Amino acid sequence: MKTLKETSVGETVKVVKLNGSGPVKRRIMDMGITKGVDVFVRKVAPLGDPVEVTVRGYELSLRKADAEMIEVE
Amino acid sequence: MAIKIALAGNPNCGKTTLFNALTGSNQFVGNWPGVTVEKKEGKLKGHKDVTIMDLPGIYSLSPYTLEEVVARNYLINERPDAILNIVDGTNIERNLYLSTQIMELGIPVIMAVNMMDIVEKNGDKIHIDKLAKKLGCEVVTISALKGTGIKEAADKAVQIAQKKGAAVPVHEFDKDVEAVIRTVESKLGSDIVNEQKRFFAIKLLEKDDKITEQMKSVPDVSAEIKQLEDKFDDDTESIITNERYVYISSIIGDCVTKNKKNAMTTSDKIDRIVTNRWLALPIFAVVMWVVYYVSVTTVGTFVTDWTNDVLFGEIIPPAIENLLNAIHCADWLQGLILDGIVAGVGAVLGFVPQMLVLFLFLAFLESCGYMARVAFIMDRIFRKFGLSGKSFIPMLIGSGCGVPGIMASRTIENDRDRKMTIMTTTFVPCGAKLPIIALIAGALFNGASWVAPSAYFVGIAAIICSGIILKKTKLFAGDPAPFVMELPAYHWPTVSNVLRSMWERGWSFIKKAGTIILMSTIVLWFLMNFGWVDGSFGMLEAEQLNDSILASIGSVIAPLFAPLGWGDWKMAVAAVSGLIAKENVVGTFGILFGFGEVAEDGAEIWGQLAGSLSTVAAYSFLVFNLLCAPCFAAMGAIKREMNNTKWFFTAIGYQTLLAYVVSLCIYQIGNLFIGGGFGIGTVVAVLLIIGFVYLLVRPYKESATLSVSTNKMFSK
Repeated sequence: MKTLKETSVGETVKVVKLNGSGPVKRRIMDMGITKGVDVFVRKVAPLGDPVEVTVRGYELSLRKADAEMIEVE
Repeated sequence: MAIKIALAGNPNCGKTTLFNALTGSNQFVGNWPGVTVEKKEGKLKGHKDVTIMDLPGIYSLSPYTLEEVVARNYLINERPDAILNIVDGTNIERNLYLSTQIMELGIPVIMAVNMMDIVEKNGDKIHIDKLAKKLGCEVVTISALKGTGIKEAADKAVQIAQKKGAAVPVHEFDKDVEAVIRTVESKLGSDIVNEQKRFFAIKLLEKDDKITEQMKSVPDVSAEIKQLEDKFDDDTESIITNERYVYISSIIGDCVTKNKKNAMTTSDKIDRIVTNRWLALPIFAVVMWVVYYVSVTTVGTFVTDWTNDVLFGEIIPPAIENLLNAIHCADWLQGLILDGIVAGVGAVLGFVPQMLVLFLFLAFLESCGYMARVAFIMDRIFRKFGLSGKSFIPMLIGSGCGVPGIMASRTIENDRDRKMTIMTTTFVPCGAKLPIIALIAGALFNGASWVAPSAYFVGIAAIICSGIILKKTKLFAGDPAPFVMELPAYHWPTVSNVLRSMWERGWSFIKKAGTIILMSTIVLWFLMNFGWVDGSFGMLEAEQLNDSILASIGSVIAPLFAPLGWGDWKMAVAAVSGLIAKENVVGTFGILFGFGEVAEDGAEIWGQLAGSLSTVAAYSFLVFNLLCAPCFAAMGAIKREMNNTKWFFTAIGYQTLLAYVVSLCIYQIGNLFIGGGFGIGTVVAVLLIIGFVYLLVRPYKESATLSVSTNKMFSK
């Protein structure tokens, strides 16, 4: 299954499932990344991590390690 | 009748601007008891009996961040009379997520949709009548920045607070979820009032242990949790979160009409350049250079030097001295006033101008949106050491002066990152430590050019190693630090907000850090200027430092430093006098070696110092002074920012312990290389190094719960 980490810059993907548990997962969901939402990968930070995405009309940055928990299509 | 209204909303929703507009200058800024989270209260303009409480900006009422726990504990336990929920109209979907949680608290809610001017400019429309119906609370539109609609919003909040009705949430989740929530509600004890039942039921389903701690009786809901988890194939916490967003998605189409054309906003255009893959780092370097150059090198130093050298050097002390002479004041009292109190006040105020310049920059960078990008750009480097990308600024400023450096840690959201930054910032050699470096380099290393860079290297290594070691300790392992951060749209901050933020931070330094600085300066003045000469106790001349109480203390504690290679009491006294200000170390040597006043790098005493110390011992002395507890002013800043006595002593204790261990290893191992022989000290040093390496590399697992106790917060 493809994850948000593997999504390349400029692509828009739909979230299918969120893995993991606890604070990080809750935080990601609190910020609006939930099942079925569209996520646009905007850019990668100059040092290669974290990534910036657009979700629900605003900009969010998250680390690649956390993006790996998000399954997309 | 006294009314309490809480302002709640996401970070960056304009809450602070609204709070300032509603309360004017009638504010009280402090901290929530025992934690590093800022607490702001004020009286509503024109209403003496209406208190407005500015809650920390939060995205959710989850138990995972300190701010969220603080906010919800306040909302549940203190139960304000009304909540004014501020919602950013340009980012309404995510903002409504918090609103659905606030509606469940059983407190009257009024929603203020902010930034309406920008919404209109974008050509979007928000139908507030539909929004009000779908969320079950009154909705008004405002622009906090322009001041439109805020009076109406406040008046409405006062009205609903007086009515004392409770909010009744109208949003609904999936019918299976609703059925389970109702079952759990019916199991709740009678200690929970009806209007809070939904909140507690949902928290029970979410397995939120911070809430169960506050309940008298906790019903068993494991069957209900299992029922939901089996049905939805997910954990209950995620199910509920998901349901909230599903509900918002279902109403958003009705409530908001978006302007179809997806043009790039100005903010997008700025961001394309500022965080561009190739341009981001050069731009970052330029911004940091400007901040450093202006606040530390030029304006800051100029004003600080003027305050220290002219105002508190040439103007005030002579004036007071003349006055005291005129009234024939006793010598000791004159000394106390001039060298104790005036010098102490000078030490506090001397830092303020530089700090204000820095705070001006920080306030600007924060409110224009660049600070979040700093974290975005630097995160990759700093997170390895348990720090935030935003730790870069405190450390950079710390190379000028540790005091504003520590105060700059206020911009870091995450509590753990903030504490870690406070503990490690003063390892960076600050301006006042440079004379010590010059002294040691000149006296024992023939002014070798590697000494100064090596001091910076030691400082940076201390930060990195401390970060790695501390993040594995119990102190820090508790809090999770998910780096999931909003990058707010860029916008021009208002002058009044920037100035207010600058002033608040400066004032809080004077008030909170000032006391400790003043007290310690007076105590040390006493210890240095009083002692026994010829069998009688009394005040001493400056040259008689040898006979002071401090010298006696120095002789007692000197053996402690023998394993570090400098067991002479003079060295101990010099190190202690460095607590007033690090550059004092050089001056104290001058007095102790009988020279009185010496040059900044102490050139006069190089010969004597070289005679009484080996090179290895001198380097050990240098390292100890670089890493140990900073000056009183910096300690005051640490106390202010930690807002907790235990954490304050932990920080100071850790710094001094690290300094001791590192200096000991340098001296003992170094001695071995210059032919000092193998002894018990060498064995201890080797053991310490092994222990240190173990602490560095030992495996650890990041814990998943928030360990910071906030229970005692409300038990007053």
